[in-house]
Amino acid sequence: MQRAGVRCIFLCKGDRCMDTIVNAFPYLMEGLQVTLYIFAIAIVFGFLIGLVVALFRLAPLKILNWIAKIFVDAIRGTPFIVQLFFIYFGLNSLDFISLDSTTAGIVTVAINAGAYFSEIIRAGIQSIDKGQTEAARSLGLNSTQNMRYVILPQAFRRMLPTITNQAIISLKDTSLLSVIGVADLTQEGRIQASATFDAFNVYLILGIIYFVVIYLLSMLASFVERKFVLR
Amino acid sequence: MTMIRVENLKKSFGNLEVIKDMSTVVEEKEVICVIGPSGSGKSTFLRCLNRLEEITGGHVYIEGVDITNPKVDINQIRQDVGMVFQQFNLFPHKSVLENVILAPMKVKKSDRKASEQKAYELLDKVGLREKAKAYPGELSGGQKQRVAIARALAMDPKIMLFDEPTSALDPEMVGDVLDVMKQLAREGMTMVVVTHEMGFAAEMGDRVLFIDGGYIVEENVPKELFGNPQHERTKAFLSKVL
Ligand SMILES: Nc1ncnc2c1ncn2[C@@H]1O[C@H](COP(=O)(O)OP(=O)(O)OP(=O)(O)O)[C@@H](O)[C@H]1O
Ligand SMILES: [Mg+2]
Repeated sequence: MQRAGVRCIFLCKGDRCMDTIVNAFPYLMEGLQVTLYIFAIAIVFGFLIGLVVALFRLAPLKILNWIAKIFVDAIRGTPFIVQLFFIYFGLNSLDFISLDSTTAGIVTVAINAGAYFSEIIRAGIQSIDKGQTEAARSLGLNSTQNMRYVILPQAFRRMLPTITNQAIISLKDTSLLSVIGVADLTQEGRIQASATFDAFNVYLILGIIYFVVIYLLSMLASFVERKFVLR
Repeated sequence: MTMIRVENLKKSFGNLEVIKDMSTVVEEKEVICVIGPSGSGKSTFLRCLNRLEEITGGHVYIEGVDITNPKVDINQIRQDVGMVFQQFNLFPHKSVLENVILAPMKVKKSDRKASEQKAYELLDKVGLREKAKAYPGELSGGQKQRVAIARALAMDPKIMLFDEPTSALDPEMVGDVLDVMKQLAREGMTMVVVTHEMGFAAEMGDRVLFIDGGYIVEENVPKELFGNPQHERTKAFLSKVL
């Protein structure tokens, strides 16, 4: 009886199928809101972390280079899910730290994205011709002004495609937060799949929602890219 | 008044001793041309004058201030020392006007209106007012270099350094840039010009420095240096380029 739905292909005319969609969709939209909220905050902080770490990496002080390098290597050399467990279960096991699952999730995604962003930003900064810095410094700009007005604006234009790429990866990483019980899109999908007994259609819709969001994100990125095309 | 004093300047890159011992003095309103074989350290010499290269030894005084002293605020000094590069180094993400007003606004903190007005005057001077809204990518090499000169002048420098400003240009563009430089020289700008343009050196130079092997081999008024070189190396170099 319940099996009927499984055979039903998404958007078919069968009643069960429409039922699933009608019943599950509002919940999935709630989950999507949580996912987007987590993503938005994590990506902003991730970017700031990435910027700071990249500047550490390029700073004249050796100790800062090392801190940045160890951080990046540690993040790149471990699975996301392990980082998540470390922050949620590991840190929470300490007496003086208590993170709810959403916060732990945001922190993990931000730190993880930050490490990858920092490498992108570092490469972007290093790709700008040295003559730019020389021209800026010879005009009396200090190194901060040079970064801010001359190097970073050019570097960011160049980095935009890779940054978008990493942002998409991070968005997909947020689906792993369901493992620690964050009520994100994937978590809502899991709940709805068992509530409706129609895993096939629910996960199909789930995939389509992720796809559409990521598609819109890439569209936005290429719009920004075209708007700020390097002359 | 002495604008630049170089005393026993030394500069090495690792083990490579590019400048072994150079001393010279540049007075106000003087135009000094620097010539020499490729790789002899002309650019390095010039770049030591605004500490774009860290100086290994000796002293460089700009208007009496020893810029080798680490306590000196080099950004302050650099405002008085404009520099023009062989490769222009315009900021490609900024329009011509924005290129010119960036440093006055961010370094001198002058307001946008005054900076723009000044920028338009300077663009007039280099004959490029109508390109104010264009981007560097839309300009010819000669136009880029004239914008670069305007950009440097926007800081009201007392000294201008030029590193082969016409070497990357098509021959038909060289004249426009040299004309701007000649006008600048006539207006009394103190200038140090690394150049392969012997014609410019002969016409505008108050003195010519011939650099080779890490030393200033010969230093004289152009008429003497070109007409009656004293050193074998100068003669050999001149016979190749003249
Ligand atoms: N940043 C650097 N690191 C290492 N070596 C350098 C550096 N800059 C210059 N050199 C070396 O110093 C020497 C002098 O270089 P410099 O650019 O000053 O010569 P130049 O006289 O300006 O030559 P050109 O006429 O080709 O411009 C060259 O051998 C060059 O390879
Ligand atoms: Mg050179």
